[in-house]
Amino acid sequence: MPRTDDARKGASVRRRSLIAMSDLDRAAIARILRTANRFTEVMGRDNKRVPTLRGRTVINLFLEPSTRTSTSFELAAKRLSADVVNIKGTGSSVEKGESLKDTILTLNAYGPDVFVIRHAAVGACNLATRHTDASVLNAGDGKHEHPSQALLDLYTIEREVGPIDGLHIAFVGDVAHSRVARSGIAGFRAMGARVSVVGPPTLLPWRAEEALGVETSTDIRDIAAADVVYVLRMQRERMGDGGQVPSLREYAARYEVTHERLRPGQRVMHAGPINRGVELSGALADDPATLIERQAANGLVVRMAILYDLLAEPATATSEAQELAALAVA
Amino acid sequence: MSARLVQRDGTPASLVIEGARLLDPAAGIDRVGDLVVRDGAIGGEPDGLERISGDGLLVAPGFVDPHVHLRTPGREDAEDIASGSRAAAAGGFVTILAMPNTHPVVDSAAVLGSLLEQAARDAAIRVGFFAAITVGQEGRALTEQGELAELGAAGFSDDGRPVRSAEVLRRALRYQQITGGLPLVLHEEDPDLSGEGVMHEGLVSSRLGLAGIPGVSESSMVARDLALAVTEDARVHVCHVSARETVEELRRARERGVRVTSEVTPHHLVLTDDAVATLDASRYKMNPPLRSEEDREALVAALADGTIDCVATDHAPHAPQEKEAPFEEAPFGVTGLETAFAVCNTHLVRRGVLPLELLVRRMSSDPAAALGLPVPTLAEGAPADLALIDPAGRVRVGEERFQSKSANSAFLGDDLEGRILLTIAGGQVAWRR
Repeated sequence: MPRTDDARKGASVRRRSLIAMSDLDRAAIARILRTANRFTEVMGRDNKRVPTLRGRTVINLFLEPSTRTSTSFELAAKRLSADVVNIKGTGSSVEKGESLKDTILTLNAYGPDVFVIRHAAVGACNLATRHTDASVLNAGDGKHEHPSQALLDLYTIEREVGPIDGLHIAFVGDVAHSRVARSGIAGFRAMGARVSVVGPPTLLPWRAEEALGVETSTDIRDIAAADVVYVLRMQRERMGDGGQVPSLREYAARYEVTHERLRPGQRVMHAGPINRGVELSGALADDPATLIERQAANGLVVRMAILYDLLAEPATATSEAQELAALAVA
Repeated sequence: MSARLVQRDGTPASLVIEGARLLDPAAGIDRVGDLVVRDGAIGGEPDGLERISGDGLLVAPGFVDPHVHLRTPGREDAEDIASGSRAAAAGGFVTILAMPNTHPVVDSAAVLGSLLEQAARDAAIRVGFFAAITVGQEGRALTEQGELAELGAAGFSDDGRPVRSAEVLRRALRYQQITGGLPLVLHEEDPDLSGEGVMHEGLVSSRLGLAGIPGVSESSMVARDLALAVTEDARVHVCHVSARETVEELRRARERGVRVTSEVTPHHLVLTDDAVATLDASRYKMNPPLRSEEDREALVAALADGTIDCVATDHAPHAPQEKEAPFEEAPFGVTGLETAFAVCNTHLVRRGVLPLELLVRRMSSDPAAALGLPVPTLAEGAPADLALIDPAGRVRVGEERFQSKSANSAFLGDDLEGRILLTIAGGQVAWRR
């Protein structure tokens, strides 16, 4: 019931949205990661449901295929006791040619508190914010950003590797077309990590050093300096005829991340779905020492934490502590 | 052969503007005094005429815009000749040239003839029409340019897309001998280099993950086409220059005496790709795209030193439902007729970057000369083609309803200085606030 909140504040207040990692400062990221920690504790209990968002409405609008993100957002909202509506491109009026604007306006009439949006086009979430006062949570908009992925990656590293400040993360592969990398770079840098990108020159963003504040290399050996190697999905359409690299064969030969190319102690991440034998060797994909499974598992609690952060009362330092304490006994 | 410019019939204006600054740099006029318009012409006896106070105001030759999309035929919901010419009049324009990328394309005498007839009924100011270079703007067969020229085409353009084949363009350049030297007006872009690009390739596109259109996409085609123009000793006009690399090509060509003219839009002169970070397609998605600050500075310098001849709006109205889409999906183009002077006046003249005298030239006599059109002037005896302007008058863009049917302005909501109070075009009052 967003109107209730607005009335309480005495003015029409637009809810916060999370579209790009730049919407969060370091303190906000740290706050979400702390909240995720508390939810991890809750998930260890028999009753995994908490009443925090009872009466709130979450609309998951997934207009592009997704398994991990849509499932974990749905579960996250349910575990927080929110009312959840899931809408996919197929089977909805989007299929009849309804514009995104009209879809948002129509759904907005039901008074949702948050739209979680996955869309193939950059700018879809920004458009949505112009037609609703509900929070808009970007679950991936084209090649732009995927902030919930970045937050769960940060959470995974913090839990499994250690403090992010001072760590070195190397993104490998198709950085130019990766929303995972774009959000990840911003998130890791905000938390004090050193970030480099490694890949074929045709798949690195234009002047990435200056644009994104990262180091760049076209030599896979340069992942050696990194504590964490983040492998990016390589799409088939980038290879061969009309693509940015000559062939799958040449790409794998130069950039496939394998056990042989890693040094001991390096941790490997991948947001999935994996192309085995292209960007990541099958053996490495199956190696339990990678963080890949942990990433998938942590998606739930981090997405709970994001919804909580957007929808629960604005956190002052003390109220945050009180609310989290309340959670623990819920 | 020359462009046929048409305007609806109306009453010739008769009035006196008293005590205004009369500024017509091309005619060597810059004085404070009275300007008499009698029976639609400059000069004559002031006795018995309506008097308008020009105190603190500016009278300039009316503006000429060689690059407008009137969306007629086919998309009259976004603009038509009446609304587009009224928008032009509200911006101080007395002559505009419409681009032929309509539905159907202006590629036959039948379509051009029908437009000229419509304009003779509906146009508030003088309107001329370009015809396409190639049939359907498909880049293959040349249009019947001899017949189109005889009927009064203002020139030829496939604007909206480049002529991909160098050989097809070369034939069009050679064929210019048939059309009496009517200009070939070129949208310069390499379709492969532009690819799926939706904004300038630069730091901002890297941050947003949007596919970029590099500056070299424009400049490499300009280099190709200038080489062809030299080979064929032809005359070309380069549309909406946006990249500093293009400015360099043009500068070298002008030094060598190549017969090339060019234009730049107000939005490219004052905005950069930083604005695209908002992902607001209605305001900031256009082609060519807003480029970097270095590009913008090069464009301003080139307009100032004459390497680029004139300002053109590339007024590109779109219906709201098309522009209210995710940035990647929305069509290219922004409106510009009603804001052109105020934008340049606010951001260039009043900031001391470009003298007012030069801006007036670049918006009136220079575009007319570049495209071979009659030059608006305040000289005695000339037909009255003028704008009465309050250079300090404040405008909040969009606060008053646009005369255009569309509102996809890059400057919507901005506070600008420079109000057009009166436009007399072809001797008729076309706009009066």
